[in-house]
Amino acid sequence: MDFSDTPEEAAFRADVQKFLNANATLRKPGDPAQRVRYLEGPEPLRAAKAWQAKKADAGYAGITWDARWGGRGGTPIQQVIYNQEERRYNVPRGFFEIGLGMCIPTMMTYATQEQCERYVRPALRGEEIWCQLFSEPSAGSDVAGLRTRAERDGDDWVINGQKIWTSGAHYCDYGIVLTRTDPNVPKHAGLTMFFIDMKSPGIEVRRIKQISGSSNFNEVFFTDVRVPDAQRLGAVGAGWRVSITTLMNERLEVGEAPGPDSEDFLRFARKIDVDGEPAIRNPAVREKLASWLIQTEGLKYTRFRTMTALSRGQAPGPEASIAKVVGANKLQDIASVGMDLLGMSGAVMDPDLVPLQGWFQEALLYAPGSRIAGGTDEILRNIIAERVLGLPADVRVDKHQPFNELTRS
Amino acid sequence: MLGVNSNDAPGAEHVMNFDFSEDLNMLREQARRFLTERCPPAAARKALEGGPALDTALWQEIAGLGWLGAAVSEEYGGIGLGHEGLCVLAEEIGRAIAPVPFSSSVYLATEALVLFGTEEQKQARLPALCSGARIGTFALAEGPGNPSPRGVAARVTGGRLSGSKWPVLDGEVADFAVVVAQDGDAGLALFAVDLAGSGVSRAPLRTVDPSRSQSRITFDGAPAERIGTDAFAWADVERLIDRAAVLLAFEQVGGATQCLEMATAYAKERTAFGRPIGSFQAIKHKLADVYIATELARSNAYYGAWALSTDAPELPVAAAAARVAGNDAYHLASKENIQTHGGMGFTWQLDCHLYYRRSKMLSLTLGSQPYWRERLVSGFEARVEAQDKAAA
Repeated sequence: MDFSDTPEEAAFRADVQKFLNANATLRKPGDPAQRVRYLEGPEPLRAAKAWQAKKADAGYAGITWDARWGGRGGTPIQQVIYNQEERRYNVPRGFFEIGLGMCIPTMMTYATQEQCERYVRPALRGEEIWCQLFSEPSAGSDVAGLRTRAERDGDDWVINGQKIWTSGAHYCDYGIVLTRTDPNVPKHAGLTMFFIDMKSPGIEVRRIKQISGSSNFNEVFFTDVRVPDAQRLGAVGAGWRVSITTLMNERLEVGEAPGPDSEDFLRFARKIDVDGEPAIRNPAVREKLASWLIQTEGLKYTRFRTMTALSRGQAPGPEASIAKVVGANKLQDIASVGMDLLGMSGAVMDPDLVPLQGWFQEALLYAPGSRIAGGTDEILRNIIAERVLGLPADVRVDKHQPFNELTRS
Repeated sequence: MLGVNSNDAPGAEHVMNFDFSEDLNMLREQARRFLTERCPPAAARKALEGGPALDTALWQEIAGLGWLGAAVSEEYGGIGLGHEGLCVLAEEIGRAIAPVPFSSSVYLATEALVLFGTEEQKQARLPALCSGARIGTFALAEGPGNPSPRGVAARVTGGRLSGSKWPVLDGEVADFAVVVAQDGDAGLALFAVDLAGSGVSRAPLRTVDPSRSQSRITFDGAPAERIGTDAFAWADVERLIDRAAVLLAFEQVGGATQCLEMATAYAKERTAFGRPIGSFQAIKHKLADVYIATELARSNAYYGAWALSTDAPELPVAAAAARVAGNDAYHLASKENIQTHGGMGFTWQLDCHLYYRRSKMLSLTLGSQPYWRERLVSGFEARVEAQDKAAA
């Protein structure tokens, strides 16, 4: 057991560091990391696209992707090394993860050679951004219960319905959309996947204002949107299986919620006074901190175990599910207790008046979303129980019934 | 070589070999097979139900496998496997709730001699410990309280120890104890004291986990041999218990894993309301939480194993994190194992209570949860302070 890179890994790391030093600035310890999923406005998007192009040209965008798509043909461990190094720098984040982590891998599995040649490289360079259109108002955790219809009309399909919780739909160029093509069979069997141009006539994007006041997510309405059959991904009725390819990548992408962590709280509690002494001297505060520290540390070393498994050529386990459940709840708790330390002024989030420019207050408001997006706490616990522990699946009353005969909300 | 103190992101993580080697994983398989056969829960139950305090035949077999000297070099009768190997064995011992004085004799008495003994003392005592001919234990506590130099009143004067130590884990089966005591007026030191010798009286204590004996030992002018000749301080006691804490954390991870497996197996086979109870989310989510706590504890223990086996300066923090996470996980796993088994889990007949007892007993050994939480937080305070100073 050691913490050393192999000589090849060390050489790769050195190259990465060279690239990052030449093109980005290091973050200082204790600096708040980027706080939200992405920053609003045209300038951050432009900067993110420029960074992505630079990364792609240097061979660090699609590290594990095939060279014919502009990738490096590298190993998962090289990706891990790159991520470790990039985290130490101030670089734009949040625009490309879903497209490159979920949509394009699905394209590479199911689209034609010509389509991949057309779409993969521009996505990799950040020239075109992709979104994922699965969730619906009545199909969240139970995504196979979705109702958006696609009906065959000559060489086209015509899509009608509504998607929701689509990250970044308002700036995306393309998307993959899961639709119901046959309501007369049980829910999982009647689905089909397509990729679409988000500028198609009949698509309307409305931004959702979240608790936090920001709008990362959207509602997307489809009214007689025509999609050529050539843009179908996988067979008609095989959409569920195609979506699994996409979703397998999701929790790896979502991972741990950004925000103040144990050591940020510790630094804060050393500075802030409660009853005339630093808050960190308070036994109740120390007890809380101890619980968070074993979670932060535990997640960190769980990640190390995953990397080791990758490095030894083994498949990673369900660690991503653990990280998400533990991380999101910890974030919500840290935000709340961080505000408690400010006493009666804890609710104030004016960045000029409160410490850390209102980091805890902001986190309190976006933490609920972290426990839901990309698999709720409850779904993740089901996944651990069924796939890791092997407990039997829940009784599903809708499993064998045709979709159009189901009880609906 | 590494930047493992980099929770706040700046500072690199270099980690590609954070697991036990293939050889040690094979050792784990062998240990599990041996313990499943020779040390099933019935062994702990036997001790619980008034059997002999030590199954001498089992202890000799364990000695025969080399486990007692796993981390001791060959020149002193060990097999030189190193501390990572000992961690693997500790996890299996914990999983088997083995009713043997492994932790007291191996993690504490043997380690104390290796760390602090003179060459002569090592040669005189280690081979007998490794062969199982002699059993050692560690005597720190003097009644209620967590480890603290202020809690040590026992005193050696002119080579004779006087004072009272309780509880002493495995006190009924040990041949000698490594005792923390005042060395006259020169401060603390460790002393080896023969428990069958003059001036020693020991009385068994009733505890929640009778599968391991505990004693109250009274010393009244008992001959005591100072371990080592170097200056000794409380920090050295902490070093000894921090190292043992990592190994105890592996025992806790092993026990928690066993509880989770028992509960999962039962939830698959037990039916209620016409279906296996494991198909109810109330049970699924409970056991998912046990799994999460156990994996967090395992990962913290792995970091402890690294710190222990490399004698890293991070050891105090790593040991505390391993202990705090291990305490939490085993407590959760052992109580929810009973809960999942329902009324049957509360019976003497089922084995669930053996783990519940062991879980609480282990969590009190070498300091309770508040002690380790405090060690953890103060360790991180020092780490953050140092980082901020370095950055400024």
